[in-house]
Amino acid sequence: MKYVDEFRDADKARTLIHEIETLVATIDLAKERPIAIMEVCGGHTHSIFRYGIEGMLPKEIELVHGPGCPVCVLPMGRVDDCISVAERPEVIMTTFGDAMRVPGSKKSLLQAKGDGADIRMVYSPMDALSIARHNPDREVVFFGLGFETTIPSTALTILQAKADGVKNFSVFANHITIVPTIKAILDDPDMQLDGFLGPGHVSMVIGTTPYEFVASQYNRPMVVAGFEPLDVLQSIWMVLKQIKDGRAEVENQYARIVLDGGNAAALAAVAEVYELRDFFEWRGLGSIDLSGMKIRNAYRDYDAEVKFIMPNVKIADPKACQCGEVLKGQIKPWQCQVFGTACTPETPLGALMVSSEGSCAAYYQYGGVKKHEAAL
Amino acid sequence: MCLGIPGQIVKIDDAARNLATVDVSGVKRQVNVTCIVSVDHPIESCIGDWVLIHVGFAMSRIDEREAAETLKVLTELGEAQAEMEAMRMSSRA
Ligand code: SF4
Repeated sequence: MKYVDEFRDADKARTLIHEIETLVATIDLAKERPIAIMEVCGGHTHSIFRYGIEGMLPKEIELVHGPGCPVCVLPMGRVDDCISVAERPEVIMTTFGDAMRVPGSKKSLLQAKGDGADIRMVYSPMDALSIARHNPDREVVFFGLGFETTIPSTALTILQAKADGVKNFSVFANHITIVPTIKAILDDPDMQLDGFLGPGHVSMVIGTTPYEFVASQYNRPMVVAGFEPLDVLQSIWMVLKQIKDGRAEVENQYARIVLDGGNAAALAAVAEVYELRDFFEWRGLGSIDLSGMKIRNAYRDYDAEVKFIMPNVKIADPKACQCGEVLKGQIKPWQCQVFGTACTPETPLGALMVSSEGSCAAYYQYGGVKKHEAAL
Repeated sequence: MCLGIPGQIVKIDDAARNLATVDVSGVKRQVNVTCIVSVDHPIESCIGDWVLIHVGFAMSRIDEREAAETLKVLTELGEAQAEMEAMRMSSRA
């Protein structure tokens, strides 16, 4: 068991895998078709591929890799908008490293930087604010990305900028929220999912209560999971147990980090600065109602979309890309016609190849799903 | 960016702005601690806390064992190195 042996507690992992096998054998549904469990969060996707978890599971379980990688679902049009602002001579564009290589319709931020735009990688939006303080004659824009895990960080940074009277700082907000996304997935007739692994760190901020609708309205089990391999295995077991018992509940496997009520200070900052957009465009998934966040009018001075005119053009993904189908779990990454040929982590065509949390990059990096033989 | 990284709060830099210095495996970096301070846990009492840090913000208090185990998994995933490299780079910027 090459992979299992790497686990901190290999015996516990073996026991869990065995318990999963035993449990699956008693579930009637599993005799008709594989049980499809979606991990919503890119952190889980990364962990699942890194540890070869799919290959350790009985074949009656299919893991569907969800859209929970904020870099991967960023549409080309937004990247183009960001570049158009970055190319203005007065602007210093700041961004997380993950976003640098996301392809726009003509180029990525990295290529725009090569062409002379002042684009700087930062670790934190606070660093962007400090660049603004040190460059009072320039306009510093932060390319704000991410789900609820990172939304509080840009909200708090905007609050700090306002408190300190920094005027040359703004955020280009591309934040997205998880709940409408899960709802859109559940409403998609193409998707047949039997249960969910809920994101750990998003839930650390929002808590577990917002997921109640998954159980109550859609009758699907949801287990908020940590991203360590044992967490993932245990959470899969918990989802299966619910299916076996005919229950649909929101359970919290990651209670050592996630409180049911979330983080009050973080939620307060987000509510103060942001409100929901009517809709937001996702790469591969199309437009999802109420899924994006925009800066409230009271903070419009810090909103890059107010400060700068952007092309705001909707751009379709290249024809060869099958990112949408991969995102929805309709095909596996390697089934995309350009996987590993025209699209690789060095030269990504689609955004799922850019970040280690994207399923194409994770698959490319760690190889096959069916490590079953190799692993046992 | 989404998984964060554990660190220990070693110094309060600016109580009014909720800024503190953390030590992440030897790399020191200023973070915002707004999300982990409260009436019951004022900023003065944060020194020594282990926290999970996301993009420069302490988002959750964790215990020391959890911190060590999380760091190990992050290292195996290659995330810890990337995160610390980003921290180092930005402290130079
Ligand atoms: S291989 Fe590239 S183009 Fe195909 S789905 Fe993956 S990221 Fe998209």
